[in-house]
Amino acid sequence: MSLIVARPEGLYCPPGDFYIDPWRPVARAVITHGHGDHARFGSGRYMCHADSVPILRRRLGEIAVEGVAYGQAIERDAVRVSLHPAGHILGSAQIRVEHKGEVWVASGDYKIEPDGTCAPFEPIRCHGFISESTFGLPIYRWRPQAEIGAEINRWWRDNAEAGRTSVVYAYSLGKAQRVLAMVDPTIGPIFSHGAVEPMNAIYREAGVALPPTSSPAGLPKAELARALVVAPPSAAGSPWLKRFPHYADAFASGWMQVRGNRRRRGVDRGFVLSDHADWAGLNAAIDATGASRVLVTHGSIATLVRYLRERGLDASGVQAEYGEEDLGEAA
Amino acid sequence: MRAFADLYRELDSATATRHKIEALKAYLAPIVGEPARWDEAAWAVYLLSGGKPKQMIPTRILRRLATQATGLPEWLVEESYQNVGDLAETLSLLLPPARSSEDVPLEIWMSERLPALRKLDDDGRYARLAAYADALEDADRLVFFKLTTGSLRVGVAKGQVVQALAEATGLDRATIAQRLMGYTQAGRAVGGPDFAALVASADTETAPDDLRPYPFFLAHQLNFTLDELPEKLGPPQDWIAEWKFDGIRGQLIRRGGDWRLWSRGEELISEAFPDMAAIAAALPDGCTLDGEIVVAQAGVEVEGVEAFAKLQQRLNRKVLTDRHLAELPVAFIAYDLLAEHGEDVRARPQHERRERLTRLVRAAQLHAPALRLSPRVEASDWPGLMAQRLRARDIGAEGLMLKGRDAPYGAGRRRSGPRSGDLWFKWKVDPMAVDAVLIYAQKGHGRRSGVYSDYTFAVWSGPVEQNSRTLVPFAKAYSGLTDEEMREVDAVIRRTTVESFGPVRSVKPTLVFELGFEGLAPSKRHKSGVATRFPRMLRWRRDKPVEEADTLGDLQALLAGGGA
Repeated sequence: MSLIVARPEGLYCPPGDFYIDPWRPVARAVITHGHGDHARFGSGRYMCHADSVPILRRRLGEIAVEGVAYGQAIERDAVRVSLHPAGHILGSAQIRVEHKGEVWVASGDYKIEPDGTCAPFEPIRCHGFISESTFGLPIYRWRPQAEIGAEINRWWRDNAEAGRTSVVYAYSLGKAQRVLAMVDPTIGPIFSHGAVEPMNAIYREAGVALPPTSSPAGLPKAELARALVVAPPSAAGSPWLKRFPHYADAFASGWMQVRGNRRRRGVDRGFVLSDHADWAGLNAAIDATGASRVLVTHGSIATLVRYLRERGLDASGVQAEYGEEDLGEAA
Repeated sequence: MRAFADLYRELDSATATRHKIEALKAYLAPIVGEPARWDEAAWAVYLLSGGKPKQMIPTRILRRLATQATGLPEWLVEESYQNVGDLAETLSLLLPPARSSEDVPLEIWMSERLPALRKLDDDGRYARLAAYADALEDADRLVFFKLTTGSLRVGVAKGQVVQALAEATGLDRATIAQRLMGYTQAGRAVGGPDFAALVASADTETAPDDLRPYPFFLAHQLNFTLDELPEKLGPPQDWIAEWKFDGIRGQLIRRGGDWRLWSRGEELISEAFPDMAAIAAALPDGCTLDGEIVVAQAGVEVEGVEAFAKLQQRLNRKVLTDRHLAELPVAFIAYDLLAEHGEDVRARPQHERRERLTRLVRAAQLHAPALRLSPRVEASDWPGLMAQRLRARDIGAEGLMLKGRDAPYGAGRRRSGPRSGDLWFKWKVDPMAVDAVLIYAQKGHGRRSGVYSDYTFAVWSGPVEQNSRTLVPFAKAYSGLTDEEMREVDAVIRRTTVESFGPVRSVKPTLVFELGFEGLAPSKRHKSGVATRFPRMLRWRRDKPVEEADTLGDLQALLAGGGA
């Protein structure tokens, strides 16, 4: 029996009568995390991890939302629902659903390597597992976060010494805070874009240690030269950057693994830093669940499904309206 | 190889020209003072300035490595390759981390290890390649695999290498540019002495190889409207106008009783054109001509040279038979004189060089009718010249060339003197264009990797009234879109895919593009009956419904109208 099925509105749990990350308005929505393609406007009641509540409120306005802790079980109509860390961003959760001894897990977006800004991914044993496949190709193999952090710091230091501002494009929720937590604040001042700063505040409020950040508005140019600036990818080429007379820019994303993507972005540097699991991570996570049924959503669906089937799993693809098939900004 | 691999990565990610030159200089400057590294430097300069080593390893062996060393199924390796768009890069991403590491100097790879691979059988090559790969750090892998596939392209222009070498050595650009001519000839093995000759101080000038070409003077695209022309260029009398022939540009050198023909890409092509020997023999010793190699029957006026397609038939032959030479005879249309009586005359004004060229060609023609003089195209005003330009396609030319009357012969695209007239312009006729429908798409390579960016286009087999009409593929194109448009089209293709055949997707016909091309030729190999030359997308016609795209009839009309 499938405890979670795909419906035109989103992933649906029939015995519990609720949706997980619905892409159309529904009565009851359980949300894995606060990114825009997973938490959408218009549903009647929302449930998510307590740390996601301020993110949803900030992005969706006045909504009816209930926050729960990781591991806290909620039972209704013989269905037991609990949230478990997905390691993707602050508050991100896998949704575990249990009904008559059958266990299914919808994992939303997830990452295996602990990053220090959110609760690390926890494998959950289940019968059916719903996995993303954003980086579902073996060409995606992440290096340890510490190495990428050292790379970013070296680049920032070199720029600072050459009198150039360092601008890192990172998605405003999740990636930006991760970058902030990785950098060495002794190199220079850190500024963040207006889209990033409110998310920083939510992270700090949740107890995540981030270096001090401020807005670059009105500061003398000399002070900007040694600075690191964290801005969303949409700021690239925008007038907002005109305040920095000389800058080098970089994009922090898993897509930067491939040279063509780096070149198309037209940035000076690409840092391979993703909030999603790499190929080995996806496979390890799926194995750890012990699940015999796997539903694969957004990303390289066909590839991962075929690979899992060849390994003897009952895998199939689900067309979910998450992410972009390619080059998603959130990646 | 580490230093070179680091340089490659830096150049690859640099977006500003100055940054690239600085990176090149930072690599070259210390080497100039360190003769022990000149073997390495010789190869580095070779690769940086566009030298193409032969493919050392066939791709089937690289594919074998990608599956055997990773344990991945073949289809998954293929899928990875389709997403990356480059086999060397795919390998560098897929292979497990190196078990040991060894920094083998670039020159050992280039002069010894890689050439040795060519002599082994498949299993021998595989074994050695796998062992090499296992001792390569991630940072070196991409460059290594690109070298083995003979596909290393560094994103620097030759002029940037010249500039960096000039700054690193204190020599002037012209000297370096001249010394670099012919440096990257195919199949060449370079070494320390080559680098030594490149950076030798100017007063110890070694005797230059007299059969090497001068740097070509390159033309700029003319993008002015008719109204702007008088203001931008002055009166047309300040310019010498000629046809822009659709052939291969080359320098023909006659010196010391010997001769050479060099292409604009600095390849020695004398052997492909043995019929040039007769022309060379008719030339006085010590001269260098700049001109165009075209296919032309004897006695036919210059305004009757054959389309480029014919020339390609000559170029594609491994062995030239007498029949080829008889059926596809070539002519050399001379348009500039760079040396005469062993003396460099490039600094003389264009009109003077042209006069001397005219005299020289007229005399030599008596003995070699395949030598032609590029005729001048004359008109008293710009509208008159514009009208002449429109005749270009009728006579197999691409447009007009405008050369500053008083200008010296420069090097590359740089202005040859201080005046605005010290330039060459190419003034091409507008491309032919049709509105075509995108029906197949494939992921691209390099900059376009991972996105559906290589498209096959079709026109309708008949007019809209015809119920049974179908879309007939006729051209492939991949250039002309902005990155933004490419991403948008990519999304549409993913949404409207009908079927996948390996890497190719057929899509529901919804996208119409204005396709431009330089020429059309009848073709038996194409379903549509025509072959296009240099097709590219001019515009995305979002406004145009698929039904209103052009038809085969429209293509044939273009063909009849002097397309070839």
